[in-house]
Amino acid sequence: MAALSDLLSKAADVKLPRLKKPLAKLPFPLRAPSTPLTVEPLPPVRKTGADFDTEWARSGPARAAREILTTTMMEPIVQFLASPSRQGLDRLEGHEGPMIFAANHHSHIDTPVMITSIPEPWRSKLVVGAAADYFFNSRIKGSLAALTIAAFPIERTKVGRKSADLAAELLEDGWSLLIFPEGGRSPDGWGQAFRGGAAYLAHRCDVPVVPVHIEGTARILRKGRALPKPSSTKITFGAPLTIHEGERSAAFAERIEHEVAVLADEVSTDWWSARKRAHAGTTPSLSGPQAGVWRRVWALDDRGSRGSRKSWPNTN
Amino acid sequence: MAKEPKRAPRPGLVLDVDRSTPPILFHHGEGFRLEKLPAGRSRVIYAAEPLPGIPDPDGAIREALANPIGESEPLHALLTPGMKLTIAFDDISLPLPQMTKPDVRQRIIEAVLDLAAEAGVDDVHLIAALALHRRMTEAELRHAVGDRVYDAFAPQGCLYNHDAEDPDGMVIIGQTPHDEDVQMNKRAAESDLIVYVNINLVSMDGGWKSTATGLSGYQALKHHHNPATMKASKSFMIKEDSELHHSNWRQGKVLKESGIKVFQIETTINNNTFGDNGPMSVLQKREWEWTGRDRASFMAMNTGLKAMSARAKRTAFQSWKAPYELTSVQAGEVEAVHEVTTANTLKQHLVPVEGQTDILTMGLPYICPYNVNSIMNPILVMCLGLGYFFNMYRNKPLVREGGVLIMSHPTPWEFHPVHHPSYIDFFEQVLTETHDPVEMSEKYEKQYAEDEWYRHLYRTSYAYHGVHPFYMWYWGSHALEHLGQVIIVGGDTRAVQRLGFRPASTLQDALEMASDTVGPQASITHYHNPPILMADVT
Repeated sequence: MAALSDLLSKAADVKLPRLKKPLAKLPFPLRAPSTPLTVEPLPPVRKTGADFDTEWARSGPARAAREILTTTMMEPIVQFLASPSRQGLDRLEGHEGPMIFAANHHSHIDTPVMITSIPEPWRSKLVVGAAADYFFNSRIKGSLAALTIAAFPIERTKVGRKSADLAAELLEDGWSLLIFPEGGRSPDGWGQAFRGGAAYLAHRCDVPVVPVHIEGTARILRKGRALPKPSSTKITFGAPLTIHEGERSAAFAERIEHEVAVLADEVSTDWWSARKRAHAGTTPSLSGPQAGVWRRVWALDDRGSRGSRKSWPNTN
Repeated sequence: MAKEPKRAPRPGLVLDVDRSTPPILFHHGEGFRLEKLPAGRSRVIYAAEPLPGIPDPDGAIREALANPIGESEPLHALLTPGMKLTIAFDDISLPLPQMTKPDVRQRIIEAVLDLAAEAGVDDVHLIAALALHRRMTEAELRHAVGDRVYDAFAPQGCLYNHDAEDPDGMVIIGQTPHDEDVQMNKRAAESDLIVYVNINLVSMDGGWKSTATGLSGYQALKHHHNPATMKASKSFMIKEDSELHHSNWRQGKVLKESGIKVFQIETTINNNTFGDNGPMSVLQKREWEWTGRDRASFMAMNTGLKAMSARAKRTAFQSWKAPYELTSVQAGEVEAVHEVTTANTLKQHLVPVEGQTDILTMGLPYICPYNVNSIMNPILVMCLGLGYFFNMYRNKPLVREGGVLIMSHPTPWEFHPVHHPSYIDFFEQVLTETHDPVEMSEKYEKQYAEDEWYRHLYRTSYAYHGVHPFYMWYWGSHALEHLGQVIIVGGDTRAVQRLGFRPASTLQDALEMASDTVGPQASITHYHNPPILMADVT
C-alpha cells in the first residue's frame, strides 16, 4: 500500500508537456494571432449559455440532417425505450400555423418523445426551448442539442429578454415551439408550478398553446438516474388554447397548467370522469399533495403508475 | 429573422506595426499572402467597418423618387402618357464584386416602372450605360435588373446594351467651351426624360459621369480619357481635384442646356464585401481578431485554392456575390444629387492618415471593374494598382513623390480572348515599344480606336472597345509620373517586365529592391483593401 502511495505521488510530480508551448511556435494562422500593442483587443464574446448561436441549426441542411437523425435514430430509440401511445392528435386537426406545445416534464427523454409525437406540419418546423445553463454551457453540448433537437437557449437562472425575443422571432417566422413550462425536470415525480413563458409568448405572438401531458417517462429516466430503463408511456394532446380577450399572461399560464392537469386526470381515469372533475373544479393538481416527502412518493404510486406494485425499499 | 443588434461599426484604423503585430493579409489575385511587415517603420490602413444598411430599401427608394433633391419635380410628376422614357443604368463594372440579389438597380428600376405604369407611359427603353465597356450578357442583365423587368422588356428589344459605335444610334449634342464634343445615345437624347440609375461604389462614380460618359462614345470620351487629363486628376476620386470630372461636368452642362432632361437616381452601398459570416468573412477582419474558426476557414480556403486550376479559382471567386447593403438613395437634379451621394460615399470610405510614406504596399484582389466574369490580365493589374488603388486618396497620395509602390498579384500572362482582344495586341505591339502614355496615345490610339475588327467585336460580341487598353494605361498616368519605382511581388516575371515594372519573389525581396530608391529604413504603409477604403492624407 505504501509502495502504491509512493508511486502515485511520484506520478503526480511528473510534468506533462503543455500543449500551449509547442502551439505558440507555429506560424500564424496555425496559432492564434497576437494583438498589436497599440490596439485595444475586442471584448471577449460570450458564445455559450443564452448567447449560443443556434441559427445555423435552423438552416436547410441542418433541418435535413435532423430529419434523417429523427427517423433513423431517434424514432427507433424512442420506440424501444418508451413505446409511446399517442392520444388526442385529432384535437389538432384543422389547425394551421405555428403553435406552442407545452408539456409537463419528468425526464430527458421527454424531448425525443415529444419530437417524435408532434405531427406534421409542426414537427418539421419545431424548435425546443432548452435550459441555457444546462444544454448550452459548452460548445459541443450546445451544438449537439441544436442539431439533434433544434434546441435554442432559454435563460432560466436570470431575467433577460434575449431568450423571449428569440422565441418570439421564431414563432413569428413560422416555427412551432416545444416548451416545458415547469422550467426543469420533476425532482420527485410530481409536477412543478408552470412558469409564464409559454403564456407570455402566446400572448405576444398571438399563437395557440397546445397542452400536452406526458405520462411514464419518469420510469424510464427520471432525474438523477444515469441509465434508461424501458417502459411504456402515454402522450396526450389537448385542444389548442388561445388567450381570451383581456386575459392576463399569468392567468393564461394557470389555465395551461390546469388543462395539462385535466389531461393527466384523463390518462389516470377516463375522459368522462376527468371532464366532470374539471367542471366541478376538483381536478387533481399536477404538483401532488402538500405533505412530507414519503407521503408524496406514496401518493405518486397511486396516481402515476397504475398497475405498478408498491414495493418496500430494499434494505439489504 | 431579425438579426441581433450589432455594435456600432468601427471607423477605419491606421495601425502602427510592432513586434506583436501578426502577419498581414495581402490579396494576391485569386489567392492570398500573409506578410510580416517590418516593426517600427510600417503601418497598415484598415477600412471602416460596414455602415448599417437602410432597413427598408424599397420604402427609401419610393421616398427618394417622391421627394427629389435640387431643381426637380417628383418623378411621378415628370411622367405623362405618350412620353418617351429612357431608363439608363450602370453596367457590369458596378458594384465590385456583383452584389447579392436583388441588385439595387432592380429595386430602383421596378419602382420607376411602377410609377411609369401608373402614369400610362408606354414608350419605355432600358439601356445598360456601358460606354466603351463590353456588352452585358443576358445572365448579367437579368442579375442587374431582375427577371421581371428583363422578361417584360428584352424580348421586345426595349432592354439592351448601349452601342457607342452604332452609326445611326449616336448623336452629337454640341461642344463645350473647351472644344470637347458631347455625344450621346440617340434614343436617350431624343427621350422626353432620361432616368439614370446609378450605384456609387467609389466617390468617382455618378454625377455627370453617368450620362455624359455611360451613354457616350469615343468621340466625346477621348476629350477626358487621355494622358493629359489623367495626369491632372489628383485624384480622380475627388471631383474638385479631378480634371476628368471637370471635363465631364462641362459636357453635362452642354447636355443640360440642350434641353435633355435627366432625373438622376444615385445610391450608395456599404463596404460589406465579404459578409459578416461565411467562408469569406475572414477577409474583412483585422488579423489579430481572427478567431479559430476564421483561421481554419482561411487555411482551408488557401489549401483548396492551391489544389485548384487557375480557371477553377477564377470561377469560384467570380461567383462570389457581395452582400452589400444600400446606405442611401437620392434622386432628382444631377448635381444636387451627386453632392449628397459623394458625402455618403466618403462617410464609408475615408480613413484619416497622417503623412505620406516612402513605400506603399498593396495586395491586388481578383477583380477590377473590367474583368467581371473574366481574366485579370497584366494591363488590368497595372490599372487596378496604379489607376484605382493608388488614386484612393484625398489631398495627397499615400506615397511620396519618387516613392515606391509594391503590389502583390500573380499577374498572369493571360488574356480573355473574347472580352479583351485589343488588349492582346496592345500588350504585344504597344508595350514592347513604349510605356509612356503620351507617346502611345499619339502613335497608336487612333489606330486601335478605329480598327474595324475591334469595332465589330465590340458591337456584336462581348469585347471591350479597341481603345480600352489605352484608357487602362492612362488611368495609371498620374501614378507613373509620381512614383520612383513599381515592384510586383509573386507575378509572372516576363509579364511584369513587359509592364515596365520590377518583379520580386517575396515581399522581403521587394523591400530590399525598394531600398535602392528610398533607402534602407524607409517608411512603409500597407493599403489593406478590399473592403474599399480611401485615405484622407494630411
